[in-house]
Amino acid sequence: MIGLALILISAFFFPGVILQTKAKASGRYGAGILQPWKDIWRLARKGSVYSTTTTIIFQIAPSINLAAVICAMLMLPFANQPAILSFDGDVVMFCYVLSLGRFFMILAAMDTGSPFEGMGANREALFSVFAEPAFFILMGSLAMFTEHTSFDSIYQHLYFEDYFSSLIGILASYLLVQMAMVENSRLPVDDPTTHLELTMIHEVMTLDNSGIDMAMLQFASTLKFAIFGSLIANFFLQPHSVLVASPVALAMNSIVFLVIQFIFSVMVGLLESFRARFKMNKNPQFILTLSSVAVIIFFTVLIITQKI
Amino acid sequence: MIGNAENTIKIRNNETISLHNIPLLPYHKFYDTASALLGQAHYHCVNYYGFPYKNSLHLICAVANDHDRTIEIFSCQIANESGIHLESLTAKHYAMHCYEREIAENFGVVFTNHPWLKPIRYPHDRANKSDTINTYPFYSIAGDQIHEVGVGPVHAGVIEPGHFRFICNGEMVLHLEIQLGWQHRGIEHLFLKKKKLLERTTLAENITGDTAVGHNLAFVSLMESLGNLPARYDKKLGYERALALEMERIGIHVGDLSAMCTDVAFQLGSAVFGALRTPIINYTQLWCGNRFGKGFLRTGGTNYPINEKLISKLQFLFDDFTTKFNEISVYTFNLPSVLSRFEGCGTVTLKQVKLIGAVGMVARMAGMVRDIRHTHPFASYTDIPYKPAVLTTGDVYARGVLRKMEIEKSTLYIQTLKQNVMSLPESPKPVYKVNLAPESFAISLVEGWRGEICHCAITDEDGELAHYKVKEPSLHNWLGLALALRNTEISDFPINNKSFDLSYCGYDL
Repeated sequence: MIGLALILISAFFFPGVILQTKAKASGRYGAGILQPWKDIWRLARKGSVYSTTTTIIFQIAPSINLAAVICAMLMLPFANQPAILSFDGDVVMFCYVLSLGRFFMILAAMDTGSPFEGMGANREALFSVFAEPAFFILMGSLAMFTEHTSFDSIYQHLYFEDYFSSLIGILASYLLVQMAMVENSRLPVDDPTTHLELTMIHEVMTLDNSGIDMAMLQFASTLKFAIFGSLIANFFLQPHSVLVASPVALAMNSIVFLVIQFIFSVMVGLLESFRARFKMNKNPQFILTLSSVAVIIFFTVLIITQKI
Repeated sequence: MIGNAENTIKIRNNETISLHNIPLLPYHKFYDTASALLGQAHYHCVNYYGFPYKNSLHLICAVANDHDRTIEIFSCQIANESGIHLESLTAKHYAMHCYEREIAENFGVVFTNHPWLKPIRYPHDRANKSDTINTYPFYSIAGDQIHEVGVGPVHAGVIEPGHFRFICNGEMVLHLEIQLGWQHRGIEHLFLKKKKLLERTTLAENITGDTAVGHNLAFVSLMESLGNLPARYDKKLGYERALALEMERIGIHVGDLSAMCTDVAFQLGSAVFGALRTPIINYTQLWCGNRFGKGFLRTGGTNYPINEKLISKLQFLFDDFTTKFNEISVYTFNLPSVLSRFEGCGTVTLKQVKLIGAVGMVARMAGMVRDIRHTHPFASYTDIPYKPAVLTTGDVYARGVLRKMEIEKSTLYIQTLKQNVMSLPESPKPVYKVNLAPESFAISLVEGWRGEICHCAITDEDGELAHYKVKEPSLHNWLGLALALRNTEISDFPINNKSFDLSYCGYDL
């Protein structure tokens, strides 16, 4: 339960830290770390407006998306606390629960009948297809490395003790940072701040959402970012099986977890400040290179486990 | 035939002539003259419009000669009735398409063999009232793989209204059609309706909000020319006006560079260029009380002559500006992620800009030297020549780098102005009543930051304005944007649109 509290705390500060970092990097004061949550709160108190061309799909999609993200969140160990839901093969479940949420968002976007949203849905579907192999090759390699197939036991048995296995840790962190950017529609693949619907990927799909629906979508995206942050943070924490069940060690672990989440969000902010986004047709190429990084991890694991 | 005194009359920029001196040709002769002139590379049409005069319709054409600083004027008289058929010049010279479309729309003239005879802006006094913006004949392409995306008229950034229709194959744009004419101020009629000079000046400042100095300079030059005021020849006034014009150019160009960075999500460039614009427009405010230079230009003189204090502030401003601007533009135009968005994106070729008769920056980014400051100098450009910067690649990168180069050139030009302006005698004060020459025609060309601005005025027997004509550079250049988008990804539309940064209201008038 401490784990769940930790991820909610990091989700709470994550978007604000990114925005604040970007503001500072461009010489502005920034609106404050809590601004994204003020926005979500404002939206949550508003009613939703539905176009007459939309059906029930459009109305339920934001809830399903949020439910899917929360569901995926429960499968992760945070700060190496035991996961709430855990079973063999939950790695696959995790990926497809997230996909379910996205699938409904795509349907909802098409439901509006707007040419922009159809275009955005098309891009979102295409790019997530390209991102999937990278995730599975990474998780497959880690499963092979630890000989376990649930997040909980993978992270429990993950030790980076020598050079080879540290290489896995570094590459996996790099990969997860980039995948978080793709999954959450951030730079360099998408630009979350643009007002130009023709260049959007994810944002254009939510053009018709308003009020509580929009609040749910934004809440889901902050959670999603925190989920990727903790996938990375867990690499650097001692597994709970080797922790002496002492409050001091637990507190240390929690602090390290939050610090890593913080560093992750500052890094995202900096990554977004000093570069331009990609041309749309360069995106698939970039996302596919993530798979090749995953393949390097895969071969490293093969070497370590002496399978080749 | 060309330059034949019988067919045309040669005048200079900001010159007034009597209406009776403009050769009145039958249409076939008018057509031949225009066609022969436009067939040569150093001639381009700066204005061609219809003007109802004593129960008939006069077509007045002004073709500029880029070699000898002259403008050839000739006219033709046709019956002012709807449905009259004339042979189209556009069929031979595509650049004439917008003028003929405008004449066709306003007076119901049918131009035969015109390849694209579509309404231009649906003004309230158009000839065919049953033709509305909802019945605009869009070009269409049939095919299973083809889809259409319509954007606007309500713009995402809530700027001005314009409808963009993309015909796409997947993410690739095959054709873009830009349909404007959503706002109707009838600004040319307002010039006649408003009788006071100050009212008219305010109108001129608001033809396009971002070119207040450019359009107003064209207006006051016309008034000074028609009224034959001594201010026309005042050197200090000319220098001050050029200074205001270049300040406007720098301000808008820096703002556009910032916006181009925003569109590719390059935050640093967006923030720094954006911050650099502020001191420039604030200087204009310090000078004349308005950041956009409104209030500085007045017929006959100015209320805000430049003084020693302003000159030393100017020195301060540019010492700081130049360093910072160089730093950020070197960083931006060498950053791989920015280059990959800018280079090769939305290319318009030299041939295309020549065909569409592009003016200003859009012409210069693709290798065509077209700059009124250079070919038909006005204000201080007659004394201190300006040599335009020209690039050849015609892509977003060229449009970005050209802005950078023009800012540098303008900065240097301002340095020269600054060194010379204080030794000149004081500029005159404005006048608010001008007696215009009766039955005359005057033309004024100004190189605004967007390009060639052309204003023409005609007076009646009593020396009152009988007709006023405004031509914004955007009239030509919107087609350039449409061409740039061909075989470009639809997601690159915003960056292309921003790199052209054309005017909606200047087109709609």
